[in-house]
Amino acid sequence: MKQIKLTVNGKLYELSVPPWETLVEVIRDDLGLTGTKEGCGLGECGACTVIMEGKAVNSCLVLATEADGKQITTIEGLADGDKLHPIQQAFVDHGGFQCGFCTPGMIMSAKALLDKNPTPSEEEIRRGIAGNLCRCTGYTKIIESIKAAAKNMEGK
Amino acid sequence: MSEFSVIGKRMPRVDAREKVTGEAKYAADYSLPGMLWCKLLRSPYPHARILNIDTSKAEKLAGVKAVITGKDFGGWTWGWMPATRDEPPLAVDKVRYMAEAVAGIAAIDEDTAEEACELVKVNYEELPGVFDPEAAMKEGAPKVHDYVKNNISVEYHWNFGDVEKAFAESYIVREDSFRTARATHGYLEPPAILAYYDPTGYITVWAAKQSPYFHYRHLAACFKLPLSKIRVIQPFIGGGFGGTKNDSLAGDFCAVLLSKMTGKPVKYVESMEEELTTSRRRHNLIVYSKMGVKKDGALTAIQHRVIADGGGYTAIGPLSLYLAGFATTLPYKLPNFKYDGYRVFTNNPIGAAMRGHGITHSRFAAEIQMEMIAEELGIDPVEMRMRNAIDNPKPGTIYETINKVSLKTCGMKEAIQKVTEDPVWRDRGKMPRKEGNISWGVGLSATSYLGGARQMGHQSCAAIVRVCEDGTVNLITGATDCGQGSDTVLCMIAAEELGVKLGDITIKRVDSAYTPVDPGSYGSRVTILAGQATQKAAGEAKKQLLEAAAKTWQVKPEDVEIKDGEVFVKSDPAKSMPFSRLARIACYSGTGAVILGTGYSSYGVEPLDLNTGIGNGGTSYSFTAQSARVGVDTETGKITVTDFTIASDCGRLLSPITAEGQIEGGSVQGLGQTLYEDFMMDRGKTLNPTFLDYKMPLAMDVPNIKLIDIETNDPDGPFGAKEASEGSIVSSPPAIVSALHDAVGVWFKELPVTPEKVVKALKEKVRRHT
Repeated sequence: MKQIKLTVNGKLYELSVPPWETLVEVIRDDLGLTGTKEGCGLGECGACTVIMEGKAVNSCLVLATEADGKQITTIEGLADGDKLHPIQQAFVDHGGFQCGFCTPGMIMSAKALLDKNPTPSEEEIRRGIAGNLCRCTGYTKIIESIKAAAKNMEGK
Repeated sequence: MSEFSVIGKRMPRVDAREKVTGEAKYAADYSLPGMLWCKLLRSPYPHARILNIDTSKAEKLAGVKAVITGKDFGGWTWGWMPATRDEPPLAVDKVRYMAEAVAGIAAIDEDTAEEACELVKVNYEELPGVFDPEAAMKEGAPKVHDYVKNNISVEYHWNFGDVEKAFAESYIVREDSFRTARATHGYLEPPAILAYYDPTGYITVWAAKQSPYFHYRHLAACFKLPLSKIRVIQPFIGGGFGGTKNDSLAGDFCAVLLSKMTGKPVKYVESMEEELTTSRRRHNLIVYSKMGVKKDGALTAIQHRVIADGGGYTAIGPLSLYLAGFATTLPYKLPNFKYDGYRVFTNNPIGAAMRGHGITHSRFAAEIQMEMIAEELGIDPVEMRMRNAIDNPKPGTIYETINKVSLKTCGMKEAIQKVTEDPVWRDRGKMPRKEGNISWGVGLSATSYLGGARQMGHQSCAAIVRVCEDGTVNLITGATDCGQGSDTVLCMIAAEELGVKLGDITIKRVDSAYTPVDPGSYGSRVTILAGQATQKAAGEAKKQLLEAAAKTWQVKPEDVEIKDGEVFVKSDPAKSMPFSRLARIACYSGTGAVILGTGYSSYGVEPLDLNTGIGNGGTSYSFTAQSARVGVDTETGKITVTDFTIASDCGRLLSPITAEGQIEGGSVQGLGQTLYEDFMMDRGKTLNPTFLDYKMPLAMDVPNIKLIDIETNDPDGPFGAKEASEGSIVSSPPAIVSALHDAVGVWFKELPVTPEKVVKALKEKVRRHT
């Protein structure tokens, strides 16, 4: 077992984990933050996307020990109490989700994109979520939602 | 001003907040104290006799609590119809497809359960397999099941009119064969279940099921318990699209039996590799199509001979094969139609339902073949479609096809007209045809799909509307929102009918201990059937409220109106009160009354006639016309789709955001199965069981999608609604293939149209012309 410390949504956790445990397992099973979804477990679908040190990562491909000492944001860390994050609000307003299984990962990829590039072109938005599969929406309303979020967040 | 307060408004979905915050819990998100994990051992052979299974080593592994094999289910089997119950929860005497489950383990954690699977020793006698459905039909082919002849799992032979005479009298008759891909649903949530067999004899499961009442009946039958002791609690569902999540799976039965044996809750979550090797995917079909046409382009006859690869078991196959036939008489006037359909057992994974079920194959074949004939005759493709499309029946009249499919509304011609007036089609001549290696083309399709699927013996579909004393409302149905947005649509129907705000309605997900039984989410039936039930239930609750208001104001109930959360006397609007006040008055009236409205659907109860193909498969029918613009790199074969314009007659649009999302999503799923998606199989083995190798569209691949709403008001649907979820997965493939022909002059008759096929076809074309 390995001792690790990681900060998730601003809260510090100290955990003892087996060396093969992945970050998605830590987040879901040890911390009980089930908002992060596990789809394929192989880094192909993007459902488990979280933000680690400012970058969107597939948490199924990150070993828990690699996350030692890192700052991590999951979907649970976005809203401010009852007030949704502008990206979440845009997904609500523009119907940027259907079954909702890809949604947490999709929103985290969108956040990583907008944090770096607050005024992305449509091409950049499409590229920014190219690692996140969505089988329900055909992406159209997701792209619309991210565009609207970028607009609403302008200057903030 | 619209006559409606809620219907037709662009309102956010009712499940939005839970889904964007990660609060929505799916089956795999549930856990119970003391829970065990289940894993399955799967067969390494596609066809083999099981000689012996030794579980002793696995049982001895520390942390293993129970091990089961097929025999532990006592010979129970299940299937879609009584005559086709051919599938055991775990294989008993032989395995019929690769990765069929043969043993189940319950252990203290997932890793231990997996390790124990490797310790189960199975002695197999490998049998010759059969993987091509046409080879499987031949005399002497390996037998997958003993109870049928020549591996024919289901067959239908229908004959309407006189096709032979019609062909003889036709100006042109074409014969072609078309093939569709081995495509799968591709939802991101793998099947999962948390099961608890209470020692007092109750089963409770939290399972990812889009039709939970199938599962409810399966569990009662398998475990020989009354239905009242089966509790299926519905989590949020991470996508369905038919097939797998409509049915029960080996992992479900094993989790329940292992829970019964251990007295502990048992959780099972399928891996994506297991899902992609065993999913109850779309049947891949061969359609031999013969079509006759008069000199003026009028269709005279279609004859279809269809071969469906059924895989190892029957599952929902009888319905798949029916659907591949009955709707071929839509959306064009067709005086003669013959159908010979065969669903054939092979040692491939099971063929079952997927969005656009059955119809997507035969419509693809017929639509492309009709355009090929138009080309031969020199008739414009729009003119060809307009000449044959069924007219919108005048209100109060019914159009009946040769096989007695009846339409009360049909927006086909209007949809074709609107799509061809849109710039993608209208201005195609002004756009470049060739840029470097890229050849551009624009194509068209006109298709139909059923809504409100008819049932086979389980028609019950009800809703309960309970008005609370504070004026809020619980809507209780047996319907399942597996992502398509039906919870929102049902809440909108209830709000409109009651006269309250959408936010005042809370919908409960299925809990079979409390919610009324419902067939499930398939065949685009929820909005139409559960929607009608909801409308009726809300209407009944409203009647009770109006009576309470009338008593208070000393007027007649019909003089009282409820709208936008306000109650008032029509002739004297000064007499008014908020809905919440009326709710309190009604609930506190001293009569002991509870304001409870119930309603059930009257649609879809006429049984399907599978053997004759006569009659309706649906309650009503949607009509979709679509254009597509594509660019083909003639060097590499790479295809880029830049535009879709889709005009859909979905009846009245109840929730525009929801319906648009369905049409967009369906069209992109259709794009995937036209261009990329296909399981590569080698003697029963799936060679691409990952999302890296089974390619689905990404955000980069998606065209600009423009939607056009063709509004009809169908008498058979709540507020005039028809289906919106499946039409565009039927219209996309022919639109894209028609565009490819426009771009490179080749008719592609086999899906998916991969770059290799494009390059090969272009080389062939050059060879033929030199």
